[in-house]
Amino acid sequence: MASTDTTPKVAAKGKTDDLAGLEAGLDALDAIETHRTPVREVLVQKVLPPLLAVGLVLLVWQILVAAEITDETKLPALSAVWDSLADMWNKGTLLEVIWTSVSRGLLGFLLALAIGTPLGLIVARVKFVRAAIGPILQGLQSLPSVAWVPPAVLWFGLNDAMMYTVILLGAVPSIANGLVSGIDQVPPLFLRAGRTLGATGLRGARHIVMPAALPGYLAGLKQGWAFSWRSLMAAEIIASSPDLGLGLGQLLENGRNNIDLPGVFLAILLILVVGIAIDLLIFSPVERWVLRSRGLLVKS
Amino acid sequence: MATTLAKAAEGTVAEQHAHAARIEHVSKSFSGPAGSQLVLDDISLDVAPGEFVTILGASGCGKSTLLNLVAGLDKPSAGSIETPGGRPSLMFQEHALFPWLTAGKNIELALRLRGVDKAERRPEAERLLELVRLGGAYGKRVHELSGGMRQRVALARALAQDSQMLLMDEPFAALDAITRDVLHGELTRIWEAANTSGSAGNLSVLFVTHNVREAVRLAQRVILLSSRPGRIAKEWTVGIPQPRRIEDADVAELSLEITEHLRGEIRRHGQH
Repeated sequence: MASTDTTPKVAAKGKTDDLAGLEAGLDALDAIETHRTPVREVLVQKVLPPLLAVGLVLLVWQILVAAEITDETKLPALSAVWDSLADMWNKGTLLEVIWTSVSRGLLGFLLALAIGTPLGLIVARVKFVRAAIGPILQGLQSLPSVAWVPPAVLWFGLNDAMMYTVILLGAVPSIANGLVSGIDQVPPLFLRAGRTLGATGLRGARHIVMPAALPGYLAGLKQGWAFSWRSLMAAEIIASSPDLGLGLGQLLENGRNNIDLPGVFLAILLILVVGIAIDLLIFSPVERWVLRSRGLLVKS
Repeated sequence: MATTLAKAAEGTVAEQHAHAARIEHVSKSFSGPAGSQLVLDDISLDVAPGEFVTILGASGCGKSTLLNLVAGLDKPSAGSIETPGGRPSLMFQEHALFPWLTAGKNIELALRLRGVDKAERRPEAERLLELVRLGGAYGKRVHELSGGMRQRVALARALAQDSQMLLMDEPFAALDAITRDVLHGELTRIWEAANTSGSAGNLSVLFVTHNVREAVRLAQRVILLSSRPGRIAKEWTVGIPQPRRIEDADVAELSLEITEHLRGEIRRHGQH
């Protein structure tokens, strides 16, 4: 490049080339090393501790049972819960029950997503709407979604529509609020920079506001999933009917009716495991990927 | 000496406008809790095509406000601002790069918003990165770049707007002295290249700073603003040939003279 440069600035040339070298040196010195944590380190630091904690809980449980602190009708043996699980597996109902609830939960979540996202956008961007329903949306988050089960049953009867209504009323406010706070936290500097580049109006929303608000939005989605799952379980426990198919909530309720304590424990564990698994398998990886790509995951 | 500097722009002046920016009797006041406050008072300033002007002033002189007005981010309370070469590009003290995009994609977004065809965006982004000597940084994320590199990407992104007027709001104030020195050299090089190569068209720079030596190091013309409200207090034409260095004796000499005036302006505020 330098050899084809024929501008009459011979005297300055030495200086300019020095500048290039200097700059390359500075860049090398200032280079910021980013590296991913090795798998082994992740296993030891992130995976091992919770596994140990779970193991410890199970151990204490087993010790309590072995010491016969209380009788079997209050605290079932681990082995009894395990037998219930094996029994369901052998009958082939285990995955069916889980799928009934998971498919309901995810479908309800997707509906909540489709409603909560535009709602959040409107609340964040239109002052009057924000003043009008912003506080209500916030307040709804503190209302336990189980409270919606009785009215939903009266409106729709015992069917899937009632389940989805309860999920939506639980999850939509979380998702909308997440997007609102995500948009509120977009640094004004990005908006100014966007405007000087010509990103105004819808183009600004698409190229600047939405991507900038993504971390807050994802946090809202995570919470929205937790609310969907909780609402669904509340609905399934209260409103069990043969027409509805057997989900995890009904499994729990059936266990109570049959005074089957191992079955009750199994249902609770399954509800917990599924809720965590969806979060770990879907939401956490997406959130981590977004944060890491923006340099927001600081390693200590 | 100012005429020799103006000559650089003369070759292409036929197809150019008579001025890159014309600021006429511009005033700006903001309404605050204590009533309306005048920030800029009757500023008139022409920037010639290809000219490099620095605006110098202490805190509260409204220099950033003035840049916002020229950038079209805000409207003057009185007076008019014309930028015949289209919307000016603007560089901030913070790099303002979008962290969800790579360095290259940041530049491509500017190209896209300017209406450049998809197929041409990538080569153009690579060329601009090459121009700021960051040829290998296309796929780098913002957080992987040092402060100096970020400002160079920001400069490349500003240049991607292909505007004839580049506004710079203390762009190097947050950098360490060594890096700042290097970037002064780069900015001068890029500005000169844009104004000497026949096809490229003119690039005028309006550069705001509170650093006197920086102003003298870079500019053809230094404008001193008084504070509260900002008024043009005095103006110097800098005849020292480029490439200059911030350590040069004539840079230091002029800086000393300007600093005296700047201090005089600041002292006035302590007297009442």
